[in-house]
Amino acid sequence: MSLFLIAALPFLGAVFPALLIRAGRNAAASAAGLTTFLALMGLLIHIPSVMRGDVVTARFDWIPRLGLNANFMLDGLGFLFALLILVIGLLIILYARFYLSREDPMGQFYTYLLLFQGAMVGIVLSDNILLLIVFWELTSLSSFLLIGYWKHLPDGRQGARMALAVTGSGGLAMIAGMLILGNIVGSYDLSVILQNKALIQASPYYLPALILILLGAFTKSAQFPFHFWLPHAMAAPTPVSAYLHSATMVKAGLFLMARMWPVLAGTDAWFYIVATTGLITMLLGAVIALFKDDLKALLAFSTVSHLGLITMLLGFGTKIAAVAAIFHIINHATFKAALFMTAGIVDHETGTRNLKRLGGLRHLMPITFTIGTIAALSMAGLPPLNGFLSKEMMLEETVHTTWLHSHYLVPGLALLAALFSAAYSFRFVSHVFLGAQREDYPTHPHDPPVGLWLAPALLVVLVVLIGLNSAALVGPLIAVVTSAVIGGEKLPYYSLKLWHGFTPALYMSVVATLGGLFLLALHKRGEQVWNALPRPEAKVIFEAIIDALTRLSRWITDEMHNGVLSRYAIIFVAFTVGLGYYAYSTGTIGVETRVPLPAQIIPIIGWICLVGATLGIMWFHRNRLLSLVLIGVVGLIVSVAFNYLSAPDLALTQISVEVVTMILLLLSLNFLPTETPWDSSAARRWRDAAISVIAGLGTGALVYAMMMRDFAFPTISEFHLANSYKGGGGTNVVNVILVDFRGFDTFGEIIVLGIAALIIFALTESVLSTNVRSYLLNRKPHWPQSGDSHPLMMVVATRVMMPIALMVGAYIFFRGHNQPGGGFIAGLIVAIAYLMQYMASGYTWAIERQRFYYHGTIGWGVLIAAATGLGAWFNERPFLTSDFGYLHWPPLEEFEWATAMLFDTGVFLAVLGAVMLALDSLSRFAWQPGMAQEFPMDINPLRDSPPEQEQEKEQA
Amino acid sequence: MIEYAIYFAFACFGAAIMMCLWRIITADGVGTRVLALDTMVINTIALMILYGLSKGTEIFFEAAMIIAMLGFVSTVAYARFMLRGNIIE
Repeated sequence: MSLFLIAALPFLGAVFPALLIRAGRNAAASAAGLTTFLALMGLLIHIPSVMRGDVVTARFDWIPRLGLNANFMLDGLGFLFALLILVIGLLIILYARFYLSREDPMGQFYTYLLLFQGAMVGIVLSDNILLLIVFWELTSLSSFLLIGYWKHLPDGRQGARMALAVTGSGGLAMIAGMLILGNIVGSYDLSVILQNKALIQASPYYLPALILILLGAFTKSAQFPFHFWLPHAMAAPTPVSAYLHSATMVKAGLFLMARMWPVLAGTDAWFYIVATTGLITMLLGAVIALFKDDLKALLAFSTVSHLGLITMLLGFGTKIAAVAAIFHIINHATFKAALFMTAGIVDHETGTRNLKRLGGLRHLMPITFTIGTIAALSMAGLPPLNGFLSKEMMLEETVHTTWLHSHYLVPGLALLAALFSAAYSFRFVSHVFLGAQREDYPTHPHDPPVGLWLAPALLVVLVVLIGLNSAALVGPLIAVVTSAVIGGEKLPYYSLKLWHGFTPALYMSVVATLGGLFLLALHKRGEQVWNALPRPEAKVIFEAIIDALTRLSRWITDEMHNGVLSRYAIIFVAFTVGLGYYAYSTGTIGVETRVPLPAQIIPIIGWICLVGATLGIMWFHRNRLLSLVLIGVVGLIVSVAFNYLSAPDLALTQISVEVVTMILLLLSLNFLPTETPWDSSAARRWRDAAISVIAGLGTGALVYAMMMRDFAFPTISEFHLANSYKGGGGTNVVNVILVDFRGFDTFGEIIVLGIAALIIFALTESVLSTNVRSYLLNRKPHWPQSGDSHPLMMVVATRVMMPIALMVGAYIFFRGHNQPGGGFIAGLIVAIAYLMQYMASGYTWAIERQRFYYHGTIGWGVLIAAATGLGAWFNERPFLTSDFGYLHWPPLEEFEWATAMLFDTGVFLAVLGAVMLALDSLSRFAWQPGMAQEFPMDINPLRDSPPEQEQEKEQA
Repeated sequence: MIEYAIYFAFACFGAAIMMCLWRIITADGVGTRVLALDTMVINTIALMILYGLSKGTEIFFEAAMIIAMLGFVSTVAYARFMLRGNIIE
């Protein structure tokens, strides 16, 4: 199966659970499981070639100019991680089906889970670091959804936010690091980067790139000091914890370090940063885990500790440490996922996760006891389980490591961490399952149905099998993965046996186990000491930092955007004037090449109207209605001027936009004060006036200077004029530009228009659902109202106008491709025709006769435009390439068809829907009870004197 | 001959527009101003038709028609606003 398909399958499949949940929870779970299973099968098909050491690739140039290619590769490392992600994903899907309760939206859960799974698979299969970043960010986002899945719990929301903030900011740092790395090498393809170790490590940018990339990896893998988000993410449902925090998300950072190991590792900087961080994390996590009473928190900190262990091994930079790291990744994924699921079962069956309230469950839940104990003993590192093997290898490696000339520091601290690790593992077993049976469990515990324990049981079988016969079971896999990690160099000698003889590592293991038992025995005493110690609370610090940042950004925003529009305007205008002056005083200007045309009398009249109306607006601008009338004059003259200057399309658009705007403003003015208050001092007004006069004169001079000269460079107009009919099939160049040459812009604009209308609708909904509603209902009109709300004359006139206006709209629409017109203008005209009905007979009357929702009109418009654009793909041409031809049907004259017409239909519908939805929403503010009436007009002579026939009937 | 007629008409309607502007700026109250604006719209329609006649083109006809159709809507909206406050009840 192509690598594209493996990476895309979870994303494609993510749709199904959300849809199939209506068919029941089993359908949703099966859809998710089947998707994962298919992707897994696709992966397994590649086993032979991966095991031969080949690298499977799939290449596709996405945005080659940015160096962003959708290149995928599958080598040993990617294979191991993809295998873990998909296999454990499958088990989690099974487990979650039985874990989630009836109230939880399960379709949503599986959709999020599959999105996350796809993002993870994408990370491990990417052969392009930019693509990897895209998937990396996707994991942050989808894990946010998963961690915050129980939206009703504040802990869940806060944990999700914290995880997103920490991993997201780490991701930002990583983007910078990756860009530096790509710049050093000159390519963003991993396979190229991995070949350039010498070049990268010699570069002066090596250290910044290293630190930035490691920030990304450390935040994701919860390394000290970013480890705090992981325990808070435990507010997620247990399946999520088991998946994200054992096998996948937190391993992404490790994956990245392993992936970059060939080129980044081997330097002192790498060793001291990575190994030290890993060591601290390992020790800190293990110590904290021992004193956590929440079962999942214990496991969370133990995860932190084990991630630290693996990080440390990768940080050592030796090949044999890399083998140990890979081996421990496999082992940790198996036993930790099983432990999380066990914790989930205990929580599910007893109703609590608090270790203080548990104990003595071994007879009540024998199956869970067996599974949990084996997994925990593996975590403690007892033979013959798999955790023992990789821990031995780790301890063996630490013995050979010196840290700043000290031979004892690393092994000593590692031993201490192993000791605490053994202690909390023993505590997990003894405080949950051992001890006396209690009477005060919140519910009556018993073993869960097979669906819940099957997944952890399978994992535990693996734990035992890998421990007993690792060489045969995972030996070849580890060999392939490690050779991928160390960059195809020769593998070092290592042995996966249980018994290595009496080595230092064995003595250390014995000490750790005995010490662990000893610590467990002393746990009560230790806990008192621990609780008495002052220690920083990560959540408090994190929230303080976030609060401070929020205050800072709010301060900056408030200082820059204080809400005074005239202030923004003056800053903008003054800056522009300054810029213009700078350009004028330093630049050069060509000689005048044109002569002014003689001024005609009528255009001068128009000019006087424009200037007069503008001055009038300045004078009367505090009277809002009056300034609206004066703006009407400006709009009118501008549209006539467009006509006069040979731009009939613009003129038509201008006049229709003018009407719609006016209606919109009148609707709003109804709720606004009639007068604008004086709020700036006289001095400030004079200053503003001076600046605006300068700006106006400057703009005028600039326009005059431009119009007196020919263009310095050939314009694009020539191209449009030459190709409009030939390429676009239309003689109206403006329309061809809109639907063809710049069709993509138009497509974007109708979407924006639709979004704007929907936002107006949403704002209206939310405002009207608050107490503003009562204020609106009690509002008094600005002045006394006349009696007629739906006058007869107006109703009759608008009814007569309606078909005419619609006809004009259709006419303007159809001829738009060759003559002035088009979908945009037609949409406005039809909208105005509708609005006339709203005005004449009232909102309620009109809306009752409205058969379709405007939301749908917008949606159809965008869809039709999109479908037209996509249609070009099927003819192997770029998006939105239009086509046209001529048809001759006998009774009709020959006429032209163009796909642009279909696109224009989309524009028409979107504009119509957007205008109507916006005005419809605004007019709902004025709703009053009793406004609705059954008749279209208040006074109807027909109603007063019934037709003669009826009178006769009554008489009869 | 038609040219002189057109020029004469241009002069008349041009003067009418100036008068409308005068009323819009100086009149008392909004009602008169809206009426003046409406008259101004009608005068500009006439100007556009005249311009089309003098150039011998039909291209301005539609624009004039649409202004005629839509200009009426804004006047109605103003009237409703002044009478009722709320233009869509």
